[in-house]
Amino acid sequence: MTNLEFTPLVFLLSALAGLLGALTGLGGGVVVTPALTLLLGVDIRYAIGASLVSVIATSSGAAAAFVREGYSNIRIGMFLEIATTLGALLGAFLATRTPTGVLSLVFGLVLLHSAWSASRSRREDVSGTPDPLAKRYKLDGAYPGEHGLQSYKVTRVKSGWGLMFGAGTLSGLLGIGSGALKVIAMDQVMRIPFKVSTTTSNFMIGVTAAASAGIYLSRGYIEPALAMPVMLGVLTGSLIGARQLVAARVPVLRWIFAIAVGVLAIEMIVTGVRKL
Amino acid sequence: MAWNDERLEKVVSTLLITGVSLSALVVLLGGVCFLVRHGQDRPDYQVFRGVNDEYRSIRGVLTATRAVDCRAFIQLGLLLLIATPVARVAFSMAAFALERDRTYVILTAIVLAVLLYSLIGPH
Repeated sequence: MTNLEFTPLVFLLSALAGLLGALTGLGGGVVVTPALTLLLGVDIRYAIGASLVSVIATSSGAAAAFVREGYSNIRIGMFLEIATTLGALLGAFLATRTPTGVLSLVFGLVLLHSAWSASRSRREDVSGTPDPLAKRYKLDGAYPGEHGLQSYKVTRVKSGWGLMFGAGTLSGLLGIGSGALKVIAMDQVMRIPFKVSTTTSNFMIGVTAAASAGIYLSRGYIEPALAMPVMLGVLTGSLIGARQLVAARVPVLRWIFAIAVGVLAIEMIVTGVRKL
Repeated sequence: MAWNDERLEKVVSTLLITGVSLSALVVLLGGVCFLVRHGQDRPDYQVFRGVNDEYRSIRGVLTATRAVDCRAFIQLGLLLLIATPVARVAFSMAAFALERDRTYVILTAIVLAVLLYSLIGPH
C-alpha cells in the first residue's frame, strides 16, 4: 500500500472512530488505537502517539463550545489538573518501559470498562456531605439548570483527586483521554452534577494529554505522517458526532456502540496476551 | 471590565478554537505537501523505530521546516496543537493573578510547570 492509499484509509477510520467516540462520549482516542493496531497492523506505540495528539484536538475543540454554555467549572478543572498532569507524566514514562503486549492488555481492559460504562444509564444526582477542602479551594459552584442557576457542593475531594491521578496515568500510558474515569471521579465520587462533570472532564482532557505529549514527542512516538490523518480524521468525526447527539440517546444505538467497543476490547486483550 | 471567571472562560474558549483551527490548517497543508512528494512511498509503521531525531524536539522541527520538509510542517502543526492547552493554562494563571486569587495562581503555576517540564524539560 502506498501513502496515497494508506493516508485516506487512516483518515476514514479515524473519522469513524471520532464519530463513535463523540456519540458514546468515550472520546475518539480510545477507538482509534485499536483500529490502527488491529486493522492496519500499526505498532501500538505509533498508534498511541497519534491518538494522543487527536485527543488534544477533540478536547480543545469541544471544550471551546462547552465553556461558553457555562457548565464547566474552571476551578475544579485546574485543581484536578494537578493530579491528572502528574499522573500523565508518570504514565508516559511508564509507557516507554512497558512491553507492547502489556500495553495492549491494559488497553483492552480499559476499553472493556469504557464499553460497560457507556452501556449503562447514569445515576441521578444525590448530594453527599460537603467537604471543607471544597470550600477552601472554591470548588463549589453553580450551573444553568431548568429552573435558573443551580448550585452544588463538592464532596470527597481527596478521593476524587486520587482517582484523577489514576486517570492521568492511564491517559499517559495509553494515549487516551481517560474521559470515562474522569467523569466517574467527578460525578460519582465528588458528587459534581453530571453535566458539569462531563464538560469539565472534556476541558481537562487536553491539558492532561499535553502533559504526556512532550514525553511522547521526545521518545519518537509521534510520527507526523501517521498523526496527520489521525488528528484530522478524529477531529472531523467528532465534530460531526457532536451535532448528532440526539442519535446517541436512542438506547439501541448505545447498545450497538457498546458492543462494537467491547469487541475491540476483547481483540486487544487477545493480541496482548499472545505477545506476552 | 473586571476579570471574573465568566470572562476568563469566554477568552479561553476563543483561545482554544483559534489554536485548534490554526494547528489543523498547518497539519493539513503539511499533509498535502507530504502526499504530493511522498505519495508513492510505502508507509512502514509495523515495526517501531521511533521517528528521526529532527521530529523529536521543538528546535529540531523548526530547523527542519526551514529545509521545506513536509513532515516537519505537519509536526509544527502538531506542536501548535500541543501548545494550545499550555497557552490556556498560562493564560488562566495570568487571569487568576488579575483576580488576585493567590491560591489559584499557585495551583495553576504547578500545572504549567508540569506541562513545561514535559515539553522542554530534560528527560
